[in-house]
Amino acid sequence: MTDHTVWDYAPAPESRDLANLKPAYRMFVDGEFVEGTGEPLKSINPGTEEVLAEVSTAGPSDVDAAVRAARRAHEGPWGSMRGSERAKYVYRIARLIQERGRELAVLESLDNGKPIRESRDVDVPTAAAHFFYHAGWADKLSHAGFGPDPRPLGVAGQVVPWNFPLLMAAWKIAPALATGNTVVLKPAETTPLSALVLAEIVAQAELPPGVVNVLPGAGDVGAALVGHAGVDKVAFTGSTEVGKLIQGQLAGTRKKLTLELGGKAANVVFDDAPLDQAVEGIVNGIFFNQGHVCCAGSRLLVQESVAEELLEKLRRRVSTLRVGDPLDKNTDVGAINSREQLDKIRELSAAGEAEGAERWTSACALPDRGFYFAPTIFSDVHQSMRIAREEIFGPVLSVLTFRTPDEAVAKANNTPYGLSAGIWTEKGSRILWMAQRMRAGVVWANTFNRFDPSAPFGGYQESGFGREGGRAGLEAYLDV
Amino acid sequence: MVAPSTPSSAEAPGTPAPGPPPPALADAVRDDASLRRFLHGLPGVDQVGVEGRSAALATRSIKRASKMWAIDTAISMVDLTTLEGADTPGKVRTLAAKARRPDPDQPDVPRVAAVCVYPDVVAAAVDGLAGTGVGVASVATAFPSGRSSLQVKLADTRYAVEAGATEIDMVIDRGAFLTGRYGQVFDEIVQIKHACGDAHLKVILETGELATYDNVRRASWLALLAGGDFVKTSTGKVSPAATLPVTQVMLQAVRDWRDLTGELRGVKPAGGIRTTKDAVKHLVAVHEVAGPEWLTPRLFRFGASSLLNDLLMQRRTQLTGHYSGPDYVTVD
Repeated sequence: MTDHTVWDYAPAPESRDLANLKPAYRMFVDGEFVEGTGEPLKSINPGTEEVLAEVSTAGPSDVDAAVRAARRAHEGPWGSMRGSERAKYVYRIARLIQERGRELAVLESLDNGKPIRESRDVDVPTAAAHFFYHAGWADKLSHAGFGPDPRPLGVAGQVVPWNFPLLMAAWKIAPALATGNTVVLKPAETTPLSALVLAEIVAQAELPPGVVNVLPGAGDVGAALVGHAGVDKVAFTGSTEVGKLIQGQLAGTRKKLTLELGGKAANVVFDDAPLDQAVEGIVNGIFFNQGHVCCAGSRLLVQESVAEELLEKLRRRVSTLRVGDPLDKNTDVGAINSREQLDKIRELSAAGEAEGAERWTSACALPDRGFYFAPTIFSDVHQSMRIAREEIFGPVLSVLTFRTPDEAVAKANNTPYGLSAGIWTEKGSRILWMAQRMRAGVVWANTFNRFDPSAPFGGYQESGFGREGGRAGLEAYLDV
Repeated sequence: MVAPSTPSSAEAPGTPAPGPPPPALADAVRDDASLRRFLHGLPGVDQVGVEGRSAALATRSIKRASKMWAIDTAISMVDLTTLEGADTPGKVRTLAAKARRPDPDQPDVPRVAAVCVYPDVVAAAVDGLAGTGVGVASVATAFPSGRSSLQVKLADTRYAVEAGATEIDMVIDRGAFLTGRYGQVFDEIVQIKHACGDAHLKVILETGELATYDNVRRASWLALLAGGDFVKTSTGKVSPAATLPVTQVMLQAVRDWRDLTGELRGVKPAGGIRTTKDAVKHLVAVHEVAGPEWLTPRLFRFGASSLLNDLLMQRRTQLTGHYSGPDYVTVD
């Protein structure tokens, strides 16, 4: 045996056939899969740039039909159903997601570009968990702290992003159904497929027609949906820019609104942190899902006394990340979701270099076709640089340093966003001290990017308002 | 405290000859108080984090050629072990025959790294392995509990070395470690290392008795500072023995040691690794936590008895495409 052996892991691709990919997908309205009147779109596999399927999209009349169907379902069987009955349907969806888990995981990786390891181990199980969790609430709402008999709002118009297509749909649909609302969901333009398979599951679970409707399309469909007079509640997850437009559009109307927008989370590492695990947490914070995570730990704030040591460990660890085919079970970082997003990441990274930050990029090999970006770490980053302030939404980490806990808090909070934050220290009292001062909806201690349906998720300031998950998340769908 | 003698890693070609420890480390072993400060100044290990990382490493899918390579590499890393009160020279000779030729039907199967036995049967192992290049490892120092005087432990070690053992697997005094008498543990390792002469020294931490990952990290550094060539998880007599997170913490220690000193030291998980699947998970950890240069029997071993036959069965499965079953490998 040679001294320095290269052990190449053989390709271990998950079978593409499991996705049951169809050449064409149609929208789901009033319990039926129907052609939309909009211009059909082609969904691309970002890992190969091949067309996966043609998807019909909604026109204005389809939005109207879907909202009316949802209204009928709400005024009909769904709105008057006992909570314990509603729970049965929601449980059924949860179980069907588990049953069709492999299909959903492969489809999600094909359409979104995320590694199969993540879609299989995170997206699909967490989506099922959200339905299970909320099913449990359906007959217990009078004990949720919102009065003796809290009522649903009616029809919810929901718009979800492309980074977690199935999981975000689950975050939106599960609480809405459990509380007795009906929904019209618009998946993202580049990732409509898993939401349409979720619609198949809804049909399979025999929900009454109109309780769940899915309308694929671009931003115009979303705008028509949130602007429709028949919608009682709007829930949006996506960019801060679009969130602001929606808030403007809804101002002065009776519609309730929750927004879950962008972020530029600080991951703060103190010198007494468990450094090896902090490295794992930093990697998970920014390279999970190619960094397409609104709560990604995209700003690393590290205490100066350990900065050099930590950065060295971090670079070595990041060099072991395997970038490539999303369907390969050993891939750690998959494909960037779209060319447009790839261009944006490149543009901001170039700005980082131009502004004088020191760029380090993993020497990993990238596939010839598809949208890929090698994991990148910028050190010597200062608060004034664009890469420290703007959300990159890609596998790019900005590293800043601090000297004292006060400085860490000041820098962490110095952002218009406020979705999440991380604290790494072995000192329990410092965790509590920091957590009280961090302006972020979620604060993780000695971990990052952990999600559970029982834990509320949401932001401060330009990261939005309203909570999803937990008891607090029910409020968004109740007339309270 | 006694000065550590240089580790015998000169045996490993390509390894830089160990010079005097860098100033930071020389200071760490100056006296009891410095050693304590150094060990307690190491970064903590977060239990949830280290176990999460191990679980993630265990999801690697190793197939086809890479699996075949892993199986052969794992075979070459096995310290084929028998540590029973009922051991006899005959039993040890049988094991030695297995070590020389693990699969009689497949001559291209690599030999194992060593045979590991009690001191009084070392001679039988030496006899059975003469000229094969397979090492003879002996446990020593009042194995497995380590509950005896230093004199007895040193005599035990010399007895094994004089009988021809090329590797000594010592146990640390866990009682002394857990009461914070690090200097005593350190001195004992240094003296055993001295008694080993040219024999390789593996230091068994018995991690099942150390209980926390912080302790595993401290004990690993203690053993490295005292000149141990390998850090080894367990005697196999205490449960839990080798686990993936414990191996990971040890791999971090030898990696950090290399960064600090340029020297390569080894890791040996022992006890509880019985299947090819487990062995491959450990190799993935070696590859991704310590680095590819540790993927050699000089720097990584499996202390095991039943693992070898599972590796052989899986190797046949890889070659023939079907699983043959335990009747087709020799039971020794």
